[in-house]
Parts: sequence; structure tokens; C-alpha cells
Amino acid sequence: MDWSWIARNLDEIGQRTLEHVLLTVIAVVIGFAISFALALLIRNHRWLHAPVVGVSGVLYAIPSLALFAFLVPFTGIQNPLTAEIALVSYTILILLRNILAGLEAVPRDVLEAADGMGYTPSQRLWRVELPVALPVIVAGLRIATVTIIGLVTVTALIGLGGLGYLIVDVGYRRFFLTATIVGSVGAVLLAVLADRAFVVLQRTLTPWARPRAEG
Amino acid sequence: MQDAAGAVVAFEHVTKRYPGSDAPAVHDLSLTVPAGEICVLVGPSGCGKTTSMKMVNRLIEPTSGRITIGGEDVMSLPAVELRRRIGYVIQQVGLFPHLTIGDNVAVVPKLLRWKASRIGERVNELLELVGLEPGTYRSRYPNALSGGERQRVGVARALAADPPVMLMDEPFGAVDPIRRDRLQNEFLRLQEQVRKTIVFVTHDVDEAIKMADRIAILQRGGILAQYDTPAAILANPASEFVERFVGADRGLKRLSLARVRDLDMIEAVTVRAGEQRGDVRARLDRVEELTYALLIDDHDRALGWIDQHDLTGGGPIDPDAATPGAPTVEPETTLRDALSALLGSSVQLGVVVDGHDRVLGLVSVDAIGERLRAPVAAADGELHEVGEALP
Repeated sequence: MDWSWIARNLDEIGQRTLEHVLLTVIAVVIGFAISFALALLIRNHRWLHAPVVGVSGVLYAIPSLALFAFLVPFTGIQNPLTAEIALVSYTILILLRNILAGLEAVPRDVLEAADGMGYTPSQRLWRVELPVALPVIVAGLRIATVTIIGLVTVTALIGLGGLGYLIVDVGYRRFFLTATIVGSVGAVLLAVLADRAFVVLQRTLTPWARPRAEG
Repeated sequence: MQDAAGAVVAFEHVTKRYPGSDAPAVHDLSLTVPAGEICVLVGPSGCGKTTSMKMVNRLIEPTSGRITIGGEDVMSLPAVELRRRIGYVIQQVGLFPHLTIGDNVAVVPKLLRWKASRIGERVNELLELVGLEPGTYRSRYPNALSGGERQRVGVARALAADPPVMLMDEPFGAVDPIRRDRLQNEFLRLQEQVRKTIVFVTHDVDEAIKMADRIAILQRGGILAQYDTPAAILANPASEFVERFVGADRGLKRLSLARVRDLDMIEAVTVRAGEQRGDVRARLDRVEELTYALLIDDHDRALGWIDQHDLTGGGPIDPDAATPGAPTVEPETTLRDALSALLGSSVQLGVVVDGHDRVLGLVSVDAIGERLRAPVAAADGELHEVGEALP
């Protein structure tokens, strides 16, 4: 372990960490926007359920290496667009399934009460269904974010990669173990941090979903 | 409180036919629910009772015929506006888990865009009305409440915007029998104050007899078999179907027409822990029909019986010597339920309590028995009244 290398390259490590976070956040935000829109579309057109979820499943199943190889001729190497197209397509299956599962898990009696009290369909969606589905939706965001933090390292193969750059370009290509360890530990730490952050977020957003206290 | 009294609800030749089904779910239903009365729709499954109820607030729309509230056709308003003017209570309550109890009760006033201050006052008023202390309950979430408490919140929520009409779909069906009796009694006391017109669905004949001013018995295919007061239906079932549906024990069921408050109560000889045995014995000796004193706590709640044989000698009362298990009934409890509670107890005396479990007096099995020997006259009397009310 070459500690002096770490000291000399703190700037580089910080830069790569930031890149890692950015690639992840952009992927999850765009992925969520697309998934949310798809979920609402499916809610209004039930027949879309099987085909849309099916396509997102196929996207998820494509090996990431193959997807990059396929995209590079169109969008080029070192282009964040190449990375994001791949990363976003991986989030969609997770996020879409969770949003749909959350909406489907809203109890029937809650929906019947909402209709019976005179909510319009859009009031029912925004004020009842989505808030009640929120714990499941946030759980989806949590899984998607942790997954993408891991996947971002693979984008090192197209010249990006965040902390993956340290693992592949510095560590693997130059047989420099310290860089590999720094990149890996950094990525794991990011994932753990993100995971904890979502747990806190969920508790804050949905105080009602906590297991009942005494009495 | 100045709640709007109920409005007349009328079904006029209402038929509901679902697509792809030959037989109608509801067939040419005509009935009028007078303002401020509880109309119970009862019948076996598939009789169209829930469908009939849901056509009032247009969760289901009729195929033909019309329904009016206070003379106004329910189709003349947009469905969501209509529903905001009709209270709705369902078996599983359907409280919104993400909203506090206060916000749950405030749902319809918020949809109607009431001012925040008015909503806050109304929420407190309603929680008190259903016996939930606002300071304790307003900011809790539904998952911290018991089934009975949730059901009360459901009723408060339905009453929030002071609707003239309430629809209740098996509202007490998910609670155990003892709590159901208490919730029913509570609701009857509440109804005496608010006087809403209520369409109430149940499959339980006993609940129908207890709750209804009028019962509509429906049979398969949504055909109205009989619509009358409980007393009249028990005295004169209109058809073999009604007779079978009401059951062979019609005589016993008539006991459901009278309530504990209709009996002469016996004043209880109450004692608290620490009183002198001699004093209690002297008080008990003065009451001929009692051989037991009733031990109560500081809140006037019954703890158990003290046999006169345990009162010999001197010294203070020993609370541990009391026989626990005095059955409690409320003034609204039907004599049938009271009898069943009393027969299960060794002392054969029931303790009449108010909504806060405070002892009001005692009733005996004998008093109910006396009542059982003369119920026919009462039923005939009510039958006569109904005859006059019909055109």
C-alpha cells in the first residue's frame, strides 16, 4: 500500500469521486423521470404493462460491456452520453417495477374511501396513491442508486468511470494495487453512504410508515 | 351542534344491469327513506344491497330509474361534487395511512376548500363527538389506533362536512362481537344527536333489527322482498323468503326490538374498597331483590360482586373477595344481547353502564323474561303506526 501516492493524488481522487457521484445522480434522476412517466402511462393503459416491463427487463439483461460496445460507434468514446444511456436503461427496470408495485399495493379500501369522499382521479393519484406508495418508491430509488454506483466503475472502459478510472486505468493497466484499492474502497463507501442516506430520507418522508410505537 | 338534519332519499324504479349478465343486479327498486331515519338494506350475498347503496353516491350508476336526495336527482350534479355531500363509511374504514387522524377527518372540508381555522375547529368537535380526545388523537397516525378507534375516526370523517346523507357499508363488520355491540350503541347515541338520513348495508339480520328505523330485505336478483319497520317485519313477514331469512326464532328476535333502557332498572348497592362490612350488609338488607353488592372503583366502574355471605363479621371490605365478571350492558343494548350476556354469568344480573363505563344500575334476567311474555302488543302498536304512515 503506497500511502504517499494517495497523499500526492488527493486532488485526482476527489475529482474522480465527484465524477462518480455526478454520473450516478444524473442516471438515477433521468431514470426516475422516465420510469415515473412510464408508470403513469401504464396506469392509464393497462395493456402497456406487459410490453413496457418486458422491454425494461431485456434492457436490464444486456451485459453492460455489450451495451457500451454497441453504443460507442454512435455516441463515441469518453462521451458521458454513452455512459448515461447505458446507466439510465439499467435504472428503469428497478424504478419502474417499484413505482408500479407501490401503486398496486395501495389498499383497495383506501382507494374506495377516496372515491367515495369525492376525490377527482388526479387528486386521488397525487394526494393518496403516490404518498401511500412512497415507501416502496423510495426503496426502489435506494436499490437503483446502489446498483448504479457499482455500475459506474464499468464506464472506465469508455474512458470515464469515476472511481472506476482509478481501478482500471491506474490500478489494472499499470499493475498498481494501491489505486485499485482506493477506487474500490471509495466506490463501496459511496454505496454505503447512499444506502444510509435513503434510509434516513425514507424515515423523514414517511413517519407514518414506522412500526407502531407502544399502545 | 347545528348539523344539517337529514334529507329524504328516494329510489324510483331503479334497475342496475351489468354488461354481459342476463339477470339484473337490482330490479325495479322503489323505496323512500324518510329524513333522519336509518334504512338498513339486508339480504343474502348477491341480493344487490351494496350495489343499491353505491348508486346513491354514483360509485355505481343505475341502468334506469332515478335516485333523489331531498328531491334533487343525483345525476344533476358532477359525481365528485355529489360525493362530497354524502358521508361514506366502509367496513375496512379506509383511513389514509399517510395522514394523521386530524388530517383524515379534514379530508372532505379540505376538498371543499374550507378555511383552515374552520377545519381545525370542526376536527376537534368531531373527534369529541365520537369520543376520541382531540389532544391525544389528532396528531397520531392510523397505524397507532385499535380497530374500534379507527372505525370511530371513519365515522367522524364521514360526518366532517355535515352531509345530510350517510352511506354505511357493513361499518361494524370487521370488529369482534363485543366491540361491535358497543360501537353500534355509540353510533345510535350519535345518530340521536345528528339525525342524518342513513343507508346502512349489512348481511346480519340482528344488526339490521337493532340499527334500523326501517329494513329493506332484498333477495337474489335485487328484488325488494319487504320494506317496513323491524317490528312489522318480525310480526308479519311478507313472504316465505322473508320468514326464512329472518329466521325461525322470530319470537326471540323480538327481544331485539326493545332495549335495556326500556326495562325498570334496579338501583345497585355499590361499595368501594375499604368500606365497613356492617354498613354494606345493612344497605343490602334493605333491598329485597338483591343478594349481592357491586364493588366499584374510583371512576364508578364495576369490578365485581360481593356475596352477602361474605359480609358477615366486621372490618373493611376485601376487594380480593369479590367475584369478578359482572356482565355490562348499555341502555342501547337490545334485550336479546343483554339476555345472552346475562345467561352466561353466575349472578344473572347485568350492570348497566354509560359510554364511559360508569355504573347506572342493574337489570335482571327476570325483568327480561317478563318483557318476553308481553312483546306482541308492542309490535302490534308499531304495526298500527306504519299502517297509518302508508298512503
